[in-house]
Amino acid sequence: MANKSRLHIPRPSARPGDEPDFGYLDLSPAGSIDKPSVKARARDIEYLNSGLVRVLDEDHAAIGPWNPDLDPEKLQVALRWMMLNRVFDERMWQIQRQGRISFYMQALGEEAVSIAQAMALRPGDMCFPSYRNQGLFMYRGMKLVDMMCQCLSNTRDMCKGRQLPVMYHSKVGNVFSISGNLATQYPHAVGWAMASAIKGEDHIAASWMGDGSTAAADFHHALTFAAIYQAPVILNVVNNQWAISSFQGTAGGERRAFAARGLGFGIPGIRVDGNDLLAIYAVTVWAADRARRGGGPTLIEAVTYRAGAHSTSDDPSKYRPKDEWASFPLGDPIERLKQHLIGLGHWSEKKHEALAEDLKKEVLAAWREAQKFGTMTEGPFLDPASMFDDVYADPPLHLNSQRRRMLELEQYGSDN
Amino acid sequence: MAQMNMIEAIRSAMDVVMDRDPNVVILGQDVGYFGGVFRCTDGLQRKYGEHRVIDAPIAEGGIIGAAIGMGVNGLRPIAEIQFADYIYPGFDQIVSELAKIRYRSCGEFFSPVTIRTPCGGGIRGGQTHSQSPEGIFTHVSGIKVVMPSNPYDAKGLLIASIESNDPVLFFEPKRIYNGPFDGDPEKPAVSWASHPKGEVPDGHYTVPLGKAEIVRAGNELTIVTYGTLVHVAVAAVATTGVDAEIIDVRSLSPLDTRTLTESVRKTGRCMIAHEATRFGGYGAELVAAIQKDCFYYLEAPISRVAGWDTPYPHAFEWQYFPGKKRLIAGIQSVMEASA
Repeated sequence: MANKSRLHIPRPSARPGDEPDFGYLDLSPAGSIDKPSVKARARDIEYLNSGLVRVLDEDHAAIGPWNPDLDPEKLQVALRWMMLNRVFDERMWQIQRQGRISFYMQALGEEAVSIAQAMALRPGDMCFPSYRNQGLFMYRGMKLVDMMCQCLSNTRDMCKGRQLPVMYHSKVGNVFSISGNLATQYPHAVGWAMASAIKGEDHIAASWMGDGSTAAADFHHALTFAAIYQAPVILNVVNNQWAISSFQGTAGGERRAFAARGLGFGIPGIRVDGNDLLAIYAVTVWAADRARRGGGPTLIEAVTYRAGAHSTSDDPSKYRPKDEWASFPLGDPIERLKQHLIGLGHWSEKKHEALAEDLKKEVLAAWREAQKFGTMTEGPFLDPASMFDDVYADPPLHLNSQRRRMLELEQYGSDN
Repeated sequence: MAQMNMIEAIRSAMDVVMDRDPNVVILGQDVGYFGGVFRCTDGLQRKYGEHRVIDAPIAEGGIIGAAIGMGVNGLRPIAEIQFADYIYPGFDQIVSELAKIRYRSCGEFFSPVTIRTPCGGGIRGGQTHSQSPEGIFTHVSGIKVVMPSNPYDAKGLLIASIESNDPVLFFEPKRIYNGPFDGDPEKPAVSWASHPKGEVPDGHYTVPLGKAEIVRAGNELTIVTYGTLVHVAVAAVATTGVDAEIIDVRSLSPLDTRTLTESVRKTGRCMIAHEATRFGGYGAELVAAIQKDCFYYLEAPISRVAGWDTPYPHAFEWQYFPGKKRLIAGIQSVMEASA
């Protein structure tokens, strides 16, 4: 007699052609989750693992204990950064589709994560980003033209043509170099934070990864080390529901929220509405305050939705309903903050449209400027000999001889 | 000058740099209170405190990953991996991160981590405590790979490694921690006390990375080796009576190609010896580098003596280990091939 398989194969709630169904998401009403002291023990605030911290209610009003009471002016600034992130992504996506850059990744639908968290941290705090955190770089002062030049691998590229588009880094902005290998940045953030504590400084570190990456060993290494040494670090899981075609259940999110991963380590885990800028700002301030007071790490799960494709190489219509974002119960972070500001009387549809137009112009001007430093087809071009730089602090002899050989071949052709 | 074995020399190296530079920290399993399973960090936590000599959990990827982050934040971490056989959970962090951070950030970020790890067999460690994985790492651009063969070099090379702004993998051949080993396990153990390289200065000095050393000068054959096999080669050459030049590579990457090729041009013959497995191994790179510059000087094909291409078997350690008998056979075959 054949045995029936007892394996559970996780399946998303909807595939192409199905009605979108987000019934699996546990939601809490805005304002319903208590805000504990930053000194609370992880086990005493377990409710934060499964609840959902939200500040903006259905009518876009800010309510409850987590309301950070930010000035409308500051909220306008936040809105502007999120809009800039989106406009920039739209332009770069088009540019990739025109074949003028090789690859791109947009943050569509999850712009609040980078912007709110960048706002909540201090400039001296160190960020270890993932590849959808372009908002961190923007907020921390990287010029659009520099980001575009990186994507173009041109003569002004901060990476000198060595990295895929979007793999930025900023020493001056305290944002670490992005790796294409997932999850590796998490233990770096913990080590950086440990060093900060060893040196007696009060800078903290923060890192980001997706729901899919939580399955990687480095996620668990990082939580282990962060918990053991009570490192001053904020570890963020951006649960955008999708890791390319794998829904968050494939990473193990079906039975417990990713925020609950912290509890077994003794790390507070907070599940937050990742499309509510006020909520994510507030939980980040809470975690940063806790870390700076010696309270150790916090795991934050930002619940959001990857509204676009994983990258320009991806086609999500092959594995999920096309219109799924429209049904996502946490909506669009930009639209929600806009409505909140309108409700406060500090914003209007007209101002919003005008700002969007201004940002488009700003991005277009940056693109025109960026192309002056070279494109994939038009010079000026990077010196290919620079590929041999920075492998080591000082180049060893064999790299110098390879550099010479490469230049000979470039100059005289391969018959030489 | 003091008499030191390799363990004491390695400890002294860390002591000297920790005393000079408050940013040097040690991270690894059992390195703190206990002082390391091989005692290399004995006493350092008492001297420098728990914030600088840190007992880590059993998570090599976490140790290396956290060390990288510490290095990015201005510390100069020494990560100990208890056995080279256990380094693999940290492989991604070494290859994709540690080795690449300077390059991908164009020098804006770097992490000067030194990874110390005991390697090699001859201690009845079976397949999980005997491996020599250096060739896996010499293949990676952006890291330096070092393996000393004596206490003097161990201290000088380790200080140079820790002070280097590049990441270094520092392999410690554990069979020779307590004394040189000529490949004969039946003989009584010899201590470093009677060996000239057991004389080690107490203070700061460096042995430069990227420089090989001629251990024995000779004219008939060049033996290129490193680690434990340096001593086996010395014993094998003494037995055969061949006038061989023995070169201790010491710094596997970057490689001092010039010292090797100058020697082979002189002797006209070359044998490579390493404990690691042969196929696709580090010896193949040595053969390629040497023949490129010495082809017309060679009187015989370059030969290799290495560990068999099997896992390291517990019960057949001495059949596996490329000992004196195998080196003598290797020397004789090179000499006969050119006779």
